[in-house]
Amino acid sequence: MPVMKIDGYPVEFTDEPNILSVIRKAGINLPTLCYHSELSIYGACRLCTVEDDKGRMFASCSERPRDGLSIKTSTPRLVRYRRMLIELMLASHHRDCTTCVKSGDCELQNLAHRLGVSEVRWGYKQRTHKRDFSSPSIVRDPDKCILCGDCVRVCEGIQGINAIDFAMRGTDAMVIPAFNKEIAKTDCVNCGQCRVVCPTGAISINTNIRPVWEALADPDVKVFAQVAPAVRVAAGQAFGGAKGENVMGKIVAALHKLGFDEVYDTTFGADMTILEESKEFLELFKKGGPFPLFTSCCPAWVSFCEKRWPEFVPHISTSYSPIQMLGSIAREYYADPKNNEGKKILSVGIMPCTAKKAEILREDLKRDGKQNIDYVLTTEEMITMIKRAGIQFDKLEGEAADMPFGMGSGGGVIFGNSGGVMEAALRTLCEGPDRPAIEELRQSGVRGPSPLREFTFNYKGNEIKAAVVSGLAEADALLRRIKNGESFYHFVEVMACRRGCIMGGGQPAHAGIRTKEARKHGLYESDVNTQIKKSNENPTALAIYDTLIKGREHELLHSHR
Amino acid sequence: MLAPSFYTKTDEILSHYPAQERSLIPIIHEVQETYNYVPVELLPYIAKHIGITETKAYSVASFYERFSFEPKGKFIIRVCDGTACHVRHSLPVLERLRSELGLSDKKHTTDDMLFTVETVSCLGACSLAPALMVNEHVHPAMTPEKATELIKELREEAKNA
Repeated sequence: MPVMKIDGYPVEFTDEPNILSVIRKAGINLPTLCYHSELSIYGACRLCTVEDDKGRMFASCSERPRDGLSIKTSTPRLVRYRRMLIELMLASHHRDCTTCVKSGDCELQNLAHRLGVSEVRWGYKQRTHKRDFSSPSIVRDPDKCILCGDCVRVCEGIQGINAIDFAMRGTDAMVIPAFNKEIAKTDCVNCGQCRVVCPTGAISINTNIRPVWEALADPDVKVFAQVAPAVRVAAGQAFGGAKGENVMGKIVAALHKLGFDEVYDTTFGADMTILEESKEFLELFKKGGPFPLFTSCCPAWVSFCEKRWPEFVPHISTSYSPIQMLGSIAREYYADPKNNEGKKILSVGIMPCTAKKAEILREDLKRDGKQNIDYVLTTEEMITMIKRAGIQFDKLEGEAADMPFGMGSGGGVIFGNSGGVMEAALRTLCEGPDRPAIEELRQSGVRGPSPLREFTFNYKGNEIKAAVVSGLAEADALLRRIKNGESFYHFVEVMACRRGCIMGGGQPAHAGIRTKEARKHGLYESDVNTQIKKSNENPTALAIYDTLIKGREHELLHSHR
Repeated sequence: MLAPSFYTKTDEILSHYPAQERSLIPIIHEVQETYNYVPVELLPYIAKHIGITETKAYSVASFYERFSFEPKGKFIIRVCDGTACHVRHSLPVLERLRSELGLSDKKHTTDDMLFTVETVSCLGACSLAPALMVNEHVHPAMTPEKATELIKELREEAKNA
């Protein structure tokens, strides 16, 4: 096995793509601002620069490891060099750190502390650009941009959108939409992946905390929340909990403490989605097409399809996404004076997703001109509220979600993982004894690390060809193959964010590979610990059909795109 | 909104190049040659034709100093401020041109759309320093006096044209 010397110690390496990975494997956390293992290598921030035994300095992200190479990672010269780089970035960065939304969670700020930058010799950069509030999902603040290009590469490379890019050059260079237009007027699908990778406050979540908080304080308003599956495996870490731990109980308790009258579980909505979507699929399957049927849960995917592949829009399931299912049914429930107690109702979704903020505004999802959900708060915003209120999350005792929409199946809870919607839908088609059938499906290829997974499922002797894809660039390529007749599927699940909602645009950022894996396992484990595995066996969901929505399934549970 | 003639002309330009990403810069060059500037409205149109995003087209077009989104004057004067020209006093030439024409480092084009004054980093004519170009013609060994004279000549030329 080839060996490198890092700071005098031998380190073996195998297929690491660059020296930086070998250094990190050796337990040294070199600082970086522009390096993300899933994005293309850009080499812009230069913070990972190292020195070889000849005194040559180079960026370790952009060089391959070589046998016998000897490098040093923090000589006095490198330390000076890195400090200077951060100082230069700070000089061209609008430093309103104390009041910045990103303060405390900012990679630039953290590195400035870590590397000991104690002064900036080149003055203070005033605000020179307007902030862009046009999107319901994200806010752009170009004065805080350090031109690392992370957002550009995730938007173009992973999502295939390219809503923003570098423009101009030199000191005028900026990351902006074409012609500096508002982000809402671009092909942006609100996935929020740009804000997940942004190391500073240049792209942040467009927050709805204030109106929700005001409603919580209003005695004439009954506020209820629903919590999406992916939220429960991402929030705990912010309060010192373990990576990927399911903290749904504490979330429910914290939201109750914040003043939410009822806290429901979007897993219930997910079960409703599966009930409707699998019905839709079976009808289509019996009819013999046209295939494929695409899932409808992911609003960024729906928006992408509308903008780039309008011809495939009729193939998207009309079933509401889980948040809309619960929102729509709860609206019926609260229309009854017995349940609304004569109060105004405010419906809040706690989501891992920035695109849901845009989804709730869609015309085709309104009924009688009114939205099914009033506000969406992301996981990040929920964490902010809990912290702001001073609630000691880690000391809370868990509580169960409220009825009648507090119960969900294992199939519903895995919705947050890429492949989860497909797996939940196919579970309802499993025949024979549950345990082996569910296990067989689990091993069919629906789960796995690849962003595109193709597999077949046997249904009453017929083969269902299915695909699961996450990341819109990957989805774009898949659609092209379907269009050209190179690929054929009956059923396709698309999620805009790689790995699914657990890595959504509203989730806590800075998730490394271990956190990503932990969130995924957290959801799969929640499924294992749920008594009811199949959405079509959730008794509360089934009961709805005979009561609240009787005879109105089409009106209350389907989009009229 | 541009007149339809812009799009017919652009179609003609597009037909000179393969509809591929790599044609972007040659196409923008030809558009600029045709109109003296790059009308931004054409960028989404060009991008769509060659199969790239408008964001990418804007990114490339805004990067290069050579491409201008603003209409330019009839005479584009490019004063070289490369090393050789700079040390042989190109700046007084530039300052004279600007003061003669009422221009500055912010305002590059005269209101009558006759003159545009810009700097370039090197014309590759270092032996003739300090040099400038008027449209496609190089003027060597410039002085502020010669610059005043040049403006006068160009004004005459425009009047007689």
